[in-house]
Amino acid sequence: MKDESRFIAEMVCPAPLPAGDQVLLGHGSGGKLSADLIRDVFLAVFHNPILARMEDQAILKIEGLRLAFTTDTFVVKPLFFPGGDIGSLAVHGTVNDLAMGGARPLFLSAAFIIEEGLPMETLRRVVASLQLAAAQAGVQVVTGDTKVVEKGSGDGLFINTSGIGVVAEGIQLSTDRVRPGDRILLSGSIGDHGIAILAKREGIEFETPLQSDSAALHTLVASMLAASREIRCLRDPTRGGLSSTLNEFATQANAGIEIDERAIPVREEVKGACEMLGLDPLYVANEGKLVAIVAPEDADRVLEAMQRHPLGTRARIIGSVTSQHPRLVTMRTTVGPMRIVDMLAGDQLPRIC
Amino acid sequence: MKYIDEYRGERIVQSLAARIAQRTTRPWKLMEICGGQTHTIMKYGLDELIPDGIQLVHGPGCPVCVTPIEVVDKAIAIASRPDVIFASYGDMLRVPGSRSDLFRVKAAGGDVRIVYSPMDAVTLARALPQRQVVFLGIGFETTAPPNAMAVWEARREGLTNFSMLVSHVLVPPAIRLLLGSTDNQVDGFIAPGHVCAVMGYWQYESLCREFHVPIVVGGFEPADLLEAVDMLVAQLEEGRAVVENQYARSVRHEGNVPAQRIVEQVLEVCDRKWRGIGLIPRSGLRLREEFAAFDAERIFGVGQMTAEEPAECISAEVLLGLKRPTDCPVFGAACTPQNPLGAPMVSAEGACAAYHRYKRHATQTAEVAG
Repeated sequence: MKDESRFIAEMVCPAPLPAGDQVLLGHGSGGKLSADLIRDVFLAVFHNPILARMEDQAILKIEGLRLAFTTDTFVVKPLFFPGGDIGSLAVHGTVNDLAMGGARPLFLSAAFIIEEGLPMETLRRVVASLQLAAAQAGVQVVTGDTKVVEKGSGDGLFINTSGIGVVAEGIQLSTDRVRPGDRILLSGSIGDHGIAILAKREGIEFETPLQSDSAALHTLVASMLAASREIRCLRDPTRGGLSSTLNEFATQANAGIEIDERAIPVREEVKGACEMLGLDPLYVANEGKLVAIVAPEDADRVLEAMQRHPLGTRARIIGSVTSQHPRLVTMRTTVGPMRIVDMLAGDQLPRIC
Repeated sequence: MKYIDEYRGERIVQSLAARIAQRTTRPWKLMEICGGQTHTIMKYGLDELIPDGIQLVHGPGCPVCVTPIEVVDKAIAIASRPDVIFASYGDMLRVPGSRSDLFRVKAAGGDVRIVYSPMDAVTLARALPQRQVVFLGIGFETTAPPNAMAVWEARREGLTNFSMLVSHVLVPPAIRLLLGSTDNQVDGFIAPGHVCAVMGYWQYESLCREFHVPIVVGGFEPADLLEAVDMLVAQLEEGRAVVENQYARSVRHEGNVPAQRIVEQVLEVCDRKWRGIGLIPRSGLRLREEFAAFDAERIFGVGQMTAEEPAECISAEVLLGLKRPTDCPVFGAACTPQNPLGAPMVSAEGACAAYHRYKRHATQTAEVAG
């Protein structure tokens, strides 16, 4: 027994790994690794005041007009999933990035990187879906590009879309405007997109099939902006989920954020799948939800406007901004105490047991 | 969610916390063995609900954390081969070996795949007969039956391209090591419910008698853990030391006998090194000789690989409940989930990662106050 205690005192542990010598999948997760990559590799080189705002879109002042400009690339697998496909997603993602800047989306570009061997029928279906989504969102695809890569150099199909839109006079959405006491509003249930994709990929079946929430949010944004000009900022919690978006807000606004777990809508199917796979819905991707920070006096009015819109019927006030613990997001758990809602380093990994 | 929400309700959790407070007259140090339990405690902030005198310390039950560094090195060596599909549970991919991890192997072109079950790896082997499919079979007694079953099934089907890198660990020998140490300060244990669902809890009875320490088999939901704490405190306050079963909805005294039988048929007890702790006699499981054809160590000739673990952090003391993650000078500074210095910071179930993820504000507040 004595030997064992000496043995414990001598115990050792593993060493660190050299970080950052190659790009890992986690660098594309929307978590801390992604943030590091953007800061260290891209911002370090492309520094300018427009990019430094770190919003989902650039707002450009050109001859008296304020234009919103953004780009996004879509690499979803499978290409077709319940509630959407890579074509409709490529429209919704870019339209939403424009909408989060308060812009009215107008025009899109679409570029296709196609792997040799992709069935022509698949490509046609995707293109038709992209056009339908664009028409429904009231935007036009006005320019594009195609590239074909050798078999094995791509994964079926990648799509990039860029978009421009116009920001109306008087609309100024920015994390700079966030103040303690502001309310955090969420437009609906979280995790639907990520779990719908994962379920399809892993062959998990639900009693009622779960659909991706993929949707264009610009009309929801328009009705919110019509209700109040005291909306500080908007963002759609895509990759990295709600937690990444709230952490970005907290960091960029240099403020604390407190949310209430009980106020966050999560569908039963999403809860169940997350439970089974060891995932947390707070980190699962959404493609048709937004988070708004709103001045306290206007929060109820904006909430009502959201709930009247078909894409915001389950909208809730989920928390508020605080001067306590700047740059940190905390959450009151379902049993009472507060805990941190951290940004993940990389992708959320299924746990062993 | 039915059968889960009942154990997460604020009212039941608060009433259990009140009962513990009422019962407690002295400070007690309790250890939950399993990383999944640590995760629940941190995720819900349960430690803030119980009386100050009751300290919850976190045990060595994170299978990812204790998998020895040379097993990770062996996994990396095998996964780097062009003829291999290397299948693993997701959270093993970030665990650092001596110089790399499986994510980096994947980035460099290795075919590393996340699966949810060892049977998924068997399915891969069946579908791709020209490739060697290797599954990383780690974990406690909980994951041993499915791993054993996968090897059994591969043999039954006559698959010649499926193998497993096995590094299983067993809970009772680790508790024995802790209790036998002169450093031990733990007054009572919450035994891991899922391990006991497989193995039963008869194995813990001799530990109770020998060391006069109470052990309560606990579940993984907030109400489970607080009820287990309450049962332990009741025993301690009354001077009793027996095994009790809080997780009776899943655990029987004898455990899951068919699961135990398949484990016995495929795996055998062996000495095992634990990362951060060292060699614990008869604390592991390995493939039996008759399943040598499915042993990835032999097939790929990595059996002799060894690795030294440099002394950089206090993970050993954390894994044994001698120190809290926040006692470590590099916690949250040099050691974070992005750049883990120690294994407990790597897995979501690791005590350091759980603290970092859910409780960093407590240490920050303390620093400001100090």
